[in-house]
Amino acid sequence: QRVSVEVLEHLEHLALVDFRDAEGVERLQKAIQFADQLHEVNTDGVEPMDSVLEDRWCLYLREDDVTEGNCTKELLENAREKVEEYFVAPPGNIPLLKLEERETFLQGS
Amino acid sequence: LAPWVPVVGLEIHAQISSNSKLFSGSQVQFAAPPNSLVSFFDASLPGTLPVLNRRCVEAAVMTGLALNCSINKKSLFDRKHYFYADLPAGYQITQQRVPIAVNGSLSYSLCIDNKMSQMVTKTVRIKQIQLEQDSGKSLHDDTRSQTLVDLNRAGVGLMEVVMEPDMCCGEEAAAAVRELQLILQTLGSSQAVMAEGQLRVDANVSVHHPGEPYGVRTEVKNINSIRFLAKAIDYEIQRQIEELENGGTILNETRAFDSKLGCTVPMRDKEGKQDYRFMPEPNLPPLILYDAKSLPANMNHQQVINIDWIHERLPDLPSVKRKKLVEQYGILPEHSFTLLNEDGLAEFFESVVKETLMKPKKVIGWILKDLLSYLKQHSLTVKESPVSSFLLADLLNLLEKKEISSTAAKQVLAELWKGEGKTPLEIVKEQKLELLQDQKELEQICQAVIDGHENEVIMMVLG
Repeated sequence: QRVSVEVLEHLEHLALVDFRDAEGVERLQKAIQFADQLHEVNTDGVEPMDSVLEDRWCLYLREDDVTEGNCTKELLENAREKVEEYFVAPPGNIPLLKLEERETFLQGS
Repeated sequence: LAPWVPVVGLEIHAQISSNSKLFSGSQVQFAAPPNSLVSFFDASLPGTLPVLNRRCVEAAVMTGLALNCSINKKSLFDRKHYFYADLPAGYQITQQRVPIAVNGSLSYSLCIDNKMSQMVTKTVRIKQIQLEQDSGKSLHDDTRSQTLVDLNRAGVGLMEVVMEPDMCCGEEAAAAVRELQLILQTLGSSQAVMAEGQLRVDANVSVHHPGEPYGVRTEVKNINSIRFLAKAIDYEIQRQIEELENGGTILNETRAFDSKLGCTVPMRDKEGKQDYRFMPEPNLPPLILYDAKSLPANMNHQQVINIDWIHERLPDLPSVKRKKLVEQYGILPEHSFTLLNEDGLAEFFESVVKETLMKPKKVIGWILKDLLSYLKQHSLTVKESPVSSFLLADLLNLLEKKEISSTAAKQVLAELWKGEGKTPLEIVKEQKLELLQDQKELEQICQAVIDGHENEVIMMVLG
């Protein structure tokens, strides 16, 4: 199964990536095919694992003490623009233009 | 016209009352210099990792227990992805798959027809409670076409309480939220002050005809008080009914409540249905909680959270406190509601009862009518009352011992409000309000009055 143009556009929109060219799309295809091999294993009745620790060790719990912060200057050093110790961002999310409106490789597919 | 059945569900975000944030050690505080309470993790700098705050977990467990939930001994953290300037990581850490608490209930009371004497109890099911991070704050500067971002709030712990759509109108939702607010404040898990953003409520509203499937729902946000919550919901119900009766359709959209206009408007900046691409948070193993039975023998105390230990130490919830007040003092249920609704009023009442001979059933009238109405008129809290419980008790004692009349007592109270430091007895003496108890003296006065008004007496005797 090939990944459809609609899905590719959806991914570009969600993750703000740019598949750029046929090679980029092909790399994505191959990655999905590689991961799909997982389906060959019968996992009926097996709980999905999300941690090799399983139930053995619980999450480390930190005491409720104030130990960080107060580094405004350092943090703002990375900001391209700032206004009185605030970070500056555009007025809202700038939506990615629809496929028809962009100059992108995907248009041709 | 067929009747409409409105359906209301709520998603409530309560900021956890803790010193530091959910996954980092920066301070939690309202109104601090911008970006001063931000750690490298909160700013999502590369190489930083989340470390769970024990106090936040305890707060969520307490809240879950108070709302009759099942506490999940194993719960998981997930990432919810979306782009916004006040979400530096590009995702929020939340609990989408297995939250910390599920399947609870909240009972609340309503007055029928606005009569406090007729109260009915309703219940709303709690679907779940999950731990999640708060985002930073965006300040929109439309004149310069930019947004200013303050990350002080980014990473603060939140409990999201999801209420099933068991409510049918603004009044029910408001009563449910008010009761939740009181519970959270009693537990101390959240201060739940809506005005400071510690309690945020989003309402899901839809309408349908009885027997038909549920209608399309809208989500209403930007509600800043319990009063506006009721207004926003009732407006939206009306709007949907009118739209449908005019042959229109309801869009599954997010709307904002405009408190000035008293209506809901579609929110800009919402790009259709969001795909959050939930995935397990790879940097956090499952959260394991224990109870008395499953307590591990060899673990470090500080690393273990015992649900039973927390349960044993839960304070009396508002519903229990009300019941005790009614049983102990013989006051009416609606009185107990008013007492608990005002911060410090129940304690004030109990103080007065302790110090006075007057029966609680009589004292309550003075508390709810005289004291409370005065405080409301002058926008004072109970703590700010110029009349202390001792002064009021003193006054009520004079009344109870028949040393002054009821009218005189009200006069003395009016004088006490001035807060000039005089005692009730001093005021009584100053204004000569003492009731005469001496029979002979009373006879003399009456006789003098009769003697001085001969004509009037004759008129009265003649009829």
